[in-house]
Amino acid sequence: MSKEIKLLKGNEAIAEAAIRCGCDAYFGYPITPQSEIIEYLAAEDPYNKRTGMLVLQAESEVAAINMVYGAACTGKKAMTSSSSPGMSLKQEGISYLAGAELPCLIVNVARGGPGLGTIQPSQADYFQTVKGGGHGDYNMIVLAPYTVQEQYDFVKLGFDLAFKYTNPVMILSDGAIGQMMEKVTLSEQLPRETPDHEWTAKGKPTNRERHYITSLYLQSEVMEQKNLQLQAKYSEIRANEVRYEEIQTEDADYLLVAYGISARIARKVVQLARAEGIKVGILRPITLWPFPSARLKELAQQVKGMLTIEMSAGQMIEDVRLAVEGAVPVKHYGRMGGIIATPTEVFINFKKLFIE
Amino acid sequence: MKTEELLIAGFGGQGVLSMGKILAYAGVMQGKEVAWMPSYGPEMRGGTANVTVMISDAPIDSPVVTHFDTVIVLNQQSLDKFENAVKPGGRLFYDSNGLKTLPTRKDINIYHIPATEKAAELGTTKVFNIMVLGGYLKIVPVVSVEFVEQGLYKSLPERAHKLIPLNIEAFHNGASIVEVIQELQ
Repeated sequence: MSKEIKLLKGNEAIAEAAIRCGCDAYFGYPITPQSEIIEYLAAEDPYNKRTGMLVLQAESEVAAINMVYGAACTGKKAMTSSSSPGMSLKQEGISYLAGAELPCLIVNVARGGPGLGTIQPSQADYFQTVKGGGHGDYNMIVLAPYTVQEQYDFVKLGFDLAFKYTNPVMILSDGAIGQMMEKVTLSEQLPRETPDHEWTAKGKPTNRERHYITSLYLQSEVMEQKNLQLQAKYSEIRANEVRYEEIQTEDADYLLVAYGISARIARKVVQLARAEGIKVGILRPITLWPFPSARLKELAQQVKGMLTIEMSAGQMIEDVRLAVEGAVPVKHYGRMGGIIATPTEVFINFKKLFIE
Repeated sequence: MKTEELLIAGFGGQGVLSMGKILAYAGVMQGKEVAWMPSYGPEMRGGTANVTVMISDAPIDSPVVTHFDTVIVLNQQSLDKFENAVKPGGRLFYDSNGLKTLPTRKDINIYHIPATEKAAELGTTKVFNIMVLGGYLKIVPVVSVEFVEQGLYKSLPERAHKLIPLNIEAFHNGASIVEVIQELQ
């Protein structure tokens, strides 16, 4: 059978992937630049016309994330999406989902902030996403796509990881990847099915204890045990789920560290640099949490310096600096407020920081 | 073919984004790698709109660049803003309708597509953008005509498919009216 290829916007790719991977329910509330997700799902009407997947526009972002909580309790594949200001509203729910160890997929197509900000792309939600935007000691697995194809692929991957670790998974995208169109190779339609997970809420039979799903543990000793169990799970994720891509690092004297749309810019910067005889490579974190710290530490023994390219004042740079433990200078270049730095602009600044 | 980095800029409502989309679809049909990146500000009809389209045989690195192989400008603001965004030796296409000034650079190839005038003459202003596309592809054949037709089928909703013959005619009209203003040796 020939491969099915479609030209899709990044946001549409997420919506189509959700239907095809057998997602049970989407709860969302529109906000630019990710509204095409709910728009596409509404137009496709999967509940009536495709898989029976429920698509619901909630009354608010807060309602949507709590609907995800409810659906996840029953073992269903549930997801929500929003953009930066909306994602701030969802943080309480995300903390509860993490505390109750519920699997779900959350998509942030980030825009410029702080506050209501701008509708243009940004990567200034890194701290919120990987450092726990909600309260308490918790982590989400965070996937950062840099093509529309990855935007598509990470939906299924996200659900797989969410159920493997019974933990929320976030796709941290940006307005540029969400709005651009690229070719996507579509996957087969998977059946929408609910495996019989041990932990789900499924009534109160007489032959076993009821399944009580909560994040509330009033006794400190019990709460601490819960935290220790969560930390053990996070350690397992750190050990097993670090994902990254290396581009021309074999002979690199300098390393660019970038994710999302900034990693696309970085690819062009590598070409510009190598045309001038400067050996530059890229480490692109695919998981922002867990972070590819060990590999960065190794590369710090090889390169003379690292530059993070982020559409923020520099947030991921803190994790890069922690990883390399001062072995090499780590600098940042980026634009804010929704402006995407061009490859030429990044290269000029790279040379100012490291060469001149 | 190396990567064609194209910027199309004009008024919202002129069909700038959809022109880019048809081109991108045509590229996909022809087995090329494509990227289509809109400016998605709070634009509305009458405001400015622009779109970057990249078509290549190899995977596309950055969909964001400073300078383009080709720039198509369809209003004065876009000419003022993007004339300098053409790479030296690159190409600038314009429609003189509504322009108070004309391009002045000497280091680029310049082409005129009088599409507004021709579309008005034929009473088909709605397919103005396809006429521009026809003029552009006459000079820069990054995709074949047959794939543009397929691109139209893919990008237009089914209810508009009856208009495809009109679009194809406009496409060929565009190819016939494009004028060389300045070509580098």
